[in-house]
Amino acid sequence: MKLHEYQSKLIFSKYGIPIPKGRVAATAEAARQIAQELGGRAVIKAQVLVGGRGKAGGIKVAKDPNDAEQLATQILKMEIKGLPVRKILVDEAASIETEIYLAITNDRAARRPVMMASAAGGVDIEEVARETPEKIIKIYIDPLLGLRDYQTRDIAAGIDLPRELWRDFNVIAQGLWRAYAENDATLAEINPLIINKEKKLVALDGKMLIDDNALFRHADLAELRDIDEEAPAETEARKYGLTYIKLDGSIGCMVNGAGLAMASMDVIKLFGGEPANFLDIGGGAGADKVAAAMKIILTDPNVKAVLFNIFGGITRCDEVAKGILVAMEEVKPKVPMVVRLVGTNAEEGRRLLENANMITAETLADAAQKAVKAATK
Amino acid sequence: MSILIDKNTRLVVQGITGNEGMFHTQQMFAYGTNIVGGVTPGKGGEWVVNGKIPVFDSVKLAADATGANCSVIFVPAKFAPDAMFEAADAGIPLIVCITEGVAVQDMMRVRNYLDQKRVRLIGPNCPGMLTPGEAKVGIIPGNIAIPGNVGVVSRSGTLTYEALYAMKNIGLGASTCVGIGGDPVNGTNFIDVLDMFEHDAQTEKVVMIGEIGGTDEEKAAEFISKKMTKPVVGFIAGQTAPPGKRMGHAGAIIEGGAGTAADKIKALEAAGVKVAKHPEEIASLLKS
Repeated sequence: MKLHEYQSKLIFSKYGIPIPKGRVAATAEAARQIAQELGGRAVIKAQVLVGGRGKAGGIKVAKDPNDAEQLATQILKMEIKGLPVRKILVDEAASIETEIYLAITNDRAARRPVMMASAAGGVDIEEVARETPEKIIKIYIDPLLGLRDYQTRDIAAGIDLPRELWRDFNVIAQGLWRAYAENDATLAEINPLIINKEKKLVALDGKMLIDDNALFRHADLAELRDIDEEAPAETEARKYGLTYIKLDGSIGCMVNGAGLAMASMDVIKLFGGEPANFLDIGGGAGADKVAAAMKIILTDPNVKAVLFNIFGGITRCDEVAKGILVAMEEVKPKVPMVVRLVGTNAEEGRRLLENANMITAETLADAAQKAVKAATK
Repeated sequence: MSILIDKNTRLVVQGITGNEGMFHTQQMFAYGTNIVGGVTPGKGGEWVVNGKIPVFDSVKLAADATGANCSVIFVPAKFAPDAMFEAADAGIPLIVCITEGVAVQDMMRVRNYLDQKRVRLIGPNCPGMLTPGEAKVGIIPGNIAIPGNVGVVSRSGTLTYEALYAMKNIGLGASTCVGIGGDPVNGTNFIDVLDMFEHDAQTEKVVMIGEIGGTDEEKAAEFISKKMTKPVVGFIAGQTAPPGKRMGHAGAIIEGGAGTAADKIKALEAAGVKVAKHPEEIASLLKS
């Protein structure tokens, strides 16, 4: 789950990381009010869950409250990479002397968190990572021990931070580590962490990604999810514990297991079709979950045929068949359906579907070809 | 011969009285797996599966009483990390975690702790292992595979079943099938298992099933070209997956252009691996 900048920075500040004064707003009038409180000059920043806001014109500096209102009006009308701007952050304007990059993320190959820092922070950090990776230093953190103070000093020295700022930097790095660890983040990033004219470190921007699998112990964070920013069908799917991703093709897919779901999409494509979605009903899905999944697939008007590929292991094919029957009764679908059931309780499942007027298939290749044919009729 | 599990495996089931735990305990038992006990805290002293399997309150008690040398975990994601720590502390040398949805920071702590104790973990978010005709530890349906000389290692559960089933349909059997799981941080990776197959006398050919995300397949390709003498057939899922979207498995995501199916297929082919175009083709490539 992605958090907005203003949400991430509020979390950072709870862990002792200095952030600019400011507040989030949904209207231009509110932006004017906040700019007034900040003394006139302010930065107006679009709050959308995609990168490259600044380059897209979603960040502007206002010289006074009138200007803030005008710029806020403009930004609130914008769409950035397809996402409409619904909120803006109004922050006090900063005087930037140096921009530093500081982040913690999971290094899957090392199986550890890694802290990354660079003296070349700012909007071009991805280019720095690509062109001059040696300018980014990495320190691996033992997940059982946490970030050690000596490691923060190594980083400070590595990015040539002035010695008088090492103590403050340690507070920020340790704060970022705690924000990452205590909130089950998969990324906690400050870019840029600036040194301002007063020679103080301030986190000007912030970004956090939270591990969805850990939200059970973070009810407060789960509430921060901005469902305006995702497709309604994906929100609906998550309610039922399904993973659904809408794609642009015409063949709806319902599969158990992520790997097999991806492979089923690939095989549809191999035989000349285009998948309409990725949908994994997960392991051990019951009839209600299957029915919900089928309804979600059929809400996509592009779907011209549906392919069910179920290889029962922990999932029982008879349960899947029951779910299909429940959904057929409720939705009365008009598109052709191709079903393939193999594995645990497959025979019972096939028996249940005998009278359901579905196209049956023995192998995945066979099922995909039948679905492609059914969709093009 | 086989790898990791065989008829001498003495298995303990953690979460044995839960829904999934009980269903699959019955399946594993019916397959002939030597299940010596189960664990559900608070239910120690009970007997399950027609009074044939004793239940204990802790893994330590189960291990002391039965000499268990392998554990399989069927507990919900929020309790799974504790179950893995418990099994490791009880001295179980081989832990198989079926549970899906374990938080990644938990897994980093588990993996680092288990490495220090030199405990082997398979999974989490995996179907477990099957040595056909000898032992089934996990949820791979027993009737889709026959004994044979092909070692199978895979990041995906149900996709593995496709491969085993297609192999069986043309008379090809497996030495051992190992599902390593689809999470970004897991216990055992491709290279560990490829190395075991290379040294296993029964295994003549190897199937490796990967998917998008991470760089484990690329590393495996390098290992295959440098260290393996046995032929390998591969498959990579996710050729049609769009970048930046998590395809169900927490590990299956194309990040910043890295981890694409095309890259992985290229690396495997360069290492001399025959890569199947669809899962059922894996079986025919093994014959050719």
